Order: sequence, then structure tokens, then C-alpha cells
Amino acid sequence: MTPEEQNFMRKIEAEEKIEPKDWMPEAYRKNLIRQISQHAHSEVIGMQPEGNWITRAPSLRRKAVLLSKVQDEAGHGLYLYSAAETLGISRSEMIEQLQSGKAKYSSIFNYPTLTWADVAAIGWLVDGAAIVNQVSLQRTSYGPYSRGMIRICKEESFHQRQGYEAMLALAKGSPEQKAMAQDALNRFYWPALMMFGPHDSESAHSQKSMEWKIKRETNDDLRQKFIDQTVKQIEVLGLEHPDKNLKWNEERGHYDSSDLDWDEFWSVINGNGHCNRQRIEHHIAAHDEGEWVRDAIAAYNEKKRAKKAQNAA
Amino acid sequence: MTKPTEKLELFEVFVRSKRGLDHKHVGSLHAEDHEQALEYARDCYTRRSEGVSLWVVKSSDICASQEDDADCFYDPNDDKPYRHATYYVLPDPVNNM
Ligand SMILES: [Fe+2]
Ligand SMILES: [Fe+2]
Ligand SMILES: [Fe+2]
Repeated sequence: MTPEEQNFMRKIEAEEKIEPKDWMPEAYRKNLIRQISQHAHSEVIGMQPEGNWITRAPSLRRKAVLLSKVQDEAGHGLYLYSAAETLGISRSEMIEQLQSGKAKYSSIFNYPTLTWADVAAIGWLVDGAAIVNQVSLQRTSYGPYSRGMIRICKEESFHQRQGYEAMLALAKGSPEQKAMAQDALNRFYWPALMMFGPHDSESAHSQKSMEWKIKRETNDDLRQKFIDQTVKQIEVLGLEHPDKNLKWNEERGHYDSSDLDWDEFWSVINGNGHCNRQRIEHHIAAHDEGEWVRDAIAAYNEKKRAKKAQNAA
Repeated sequence: MTKPTEKLELFEVFVRSKRGLDHKHVGSLHAEDHEQALEYARDCYTRRSEGVSLWVVKSSDICASQEDDADCFYDPNDDKPYRHATYYVLPDPVNNM
């Protein structure tokens, strides 16, 4: 090891954060750019399935809440893109990688939101799973990422609670509403578990990420946490648990559960989910349609600069 | 001839007390340039190992919102209590989700 590498590893082992101007191995930088930009893309693409329901939310209150939540997700995307930019990649490079399919985002957003209950289920389960992951990432070794996670986690709690509240209203509502809630739970439960990624043994980036403390807990451990915490929440809703093999394991102190449909997982990651194409097409269209706004900002700034120069002269 | 201090540039000083934490504003000082400001800041604000990293920023480069206008500046956010987690009342057994 070079003295630089030694110093870097010493910091990692001592639980010190790595900051943008510190020396870091090229692979650490690359790994971080991949993970943070993927996280940022997920926040941004994640606005689509919910944004789809803003005008159709069942009351003015629910509309305002959903609008606020989606607005938060845009903000999360911004925090994360900014954190990735400290590593020397530009915003436009990242957007280009998303649009060309080179960079991934969380597969959960390739599932369609068919009913209002799906929006409730997303807030409760998808944001719930994201929180489990993000709480763990507050302790990531890269300073800007860690601080971004702390800020995001503070905002996420409202997302999960509004989702659960909406779910509760349906679950305690008419038989049709309750059936809608159950259907949404049945469809979103499994993809939510897949959000934690493949089994640790199959995860390409896991080992190095753990060594460098980019990731602090393994995919399977985080998934287990989420499975355990969700049991009570389903019970309180009075809905049926989608996993018929769920069983408390006294010895492990955790619930045992069914294995996931990994063929589906890989198929959605590889582009064959219900909405993969639609999500990227929409992103490209929105980006292109926004071109005139970016042009207008540039023109306005140019005008302001010229005016300032004139006044100074 | 030395310059009177007020002829020197004013700098705001930010200290990171521990690796991983945000830099926090601690005060300001006069200095000729950035390098000098850093040294003065070290001597002024971190004599007792208060920090592991210092930022100095020209005060004139800071653009601040007007506190007198705070009411209308933040007004668009004041009537949205539903942005707070505590707004949602959930049954006791799941309330600490
Ligand atoms: Fe988010
Ligand atoms: Fe997130
Ligand atoms: Fe969220």
C-alpha cells in the first residue's frame, strides 16, 4: 500500500469521513459515483408513478400532501446529484447516463400505479424500505453522502406516515376500498423487498462497498429489518400478509419468509418491467421540453451581466 | 505604513469540529487575503482543537436573505403543517414507524 492508501484506510477504519478534497482510491470514487447517482436517479424517476396521481388524489388534502411529497423527492434528487458532483462528475453526464440506460435507478419505479391504493402503498412500503436503507447510509464513509442522508431521513418520515394513513383509511373503509388496499399490498410488498437488492452472495458491488464502509449493512440484513417491522403494520391495517410462509423464528429473533422471485428481479433490472421504457421516455421528453426554460435562464443571466457591466462602466 | 484593519477585507469563518460534520459559522475577522485569513482564523478560532477544517469566505461574497422580510419570504411554507411527520396521527402500536 502507498502512504496515501494507508492514510485513506486508516480514516475508514477509524470511522472518520472521507471529504471531497481528500485522496481516495479511484475505485472508491467510481463506486460512490455509481451508487450516489443511481440513488439520485431513483428519487427523480420515483416522482413519476406518484406524480401520475396528483390530479386524481381523492381530496384536496390528499392532493396537497402528495404534491408536497413529490416536491420533496425532487429535492432529494438535487441533494444527491450535488453530493455526486463533489466527486468530479457533472450533472449533464449523469443525466446522459440515466437516459442512455448506462446508469440504473431503483427497479421499484418500473411498476405501474394502477389505483389510489398503490399511491398509499408506495408511501408506506417503498418509502418505508428506502428509509431502512437510508438510515443505514447515514453512517456511510463519504461525508457529503452521509450528510445528505441525514437531511433526507428527516424528511422521509412524513412520506411513510402519510402513506400509511391513506392505507389505513382504505383498509377501514368500504369492502371495495379494503379490497383495493389488499390488492395494492399484494402487488407492492414483493418489489419493495427487492429494493434491497440481490442476496449478498449475488451482489456484485457489496464486498468492496462494505470494506470501504460505503455500505454499512448487507442487503439481506436490511431486508430482514424491513420484513420484521412491516408485520405489525399489516396487522394493524387488518389486511392479510402476502407472504404465506411468514413465521416467527424464536432462535433467530426474526421472521422467516419466502424467497423472492429473483427471475422477476433480474428481468425488471434488465429493462423488461412494465414501465421501464415509459419512465425513460418521459424523462427525456420532460428534459427536452424544459430546454426553453434553461435557455431562458441563460439568456436572462447574460442580460443581467451585460447590464451590470454597463452600469459599472 | 500598515493598513487600518477596516481597510482590510472582512472574512467569515466556518469551522468543522469533527470529520463528517457540517462546517459551522463561528465569527469573522479582517485579513489581507484568503491565506492570511486562514492563518488568523486558526489562531483566533481553533486554539483549543475546536476543529479539523476551516473555511474562510469573503463576507462580501455572502448573499443573505433579509430577516425583516422573513414573514413573507417563508410565508409559502407556513400553511403546510402536513409536511411534518407529527401531523399524521397513527394507531399506537405502529406510531413509531
Ligand atoms: Fe426521497
Ligand atoms: Fe430515497
Ligand atoms: Fe420519500
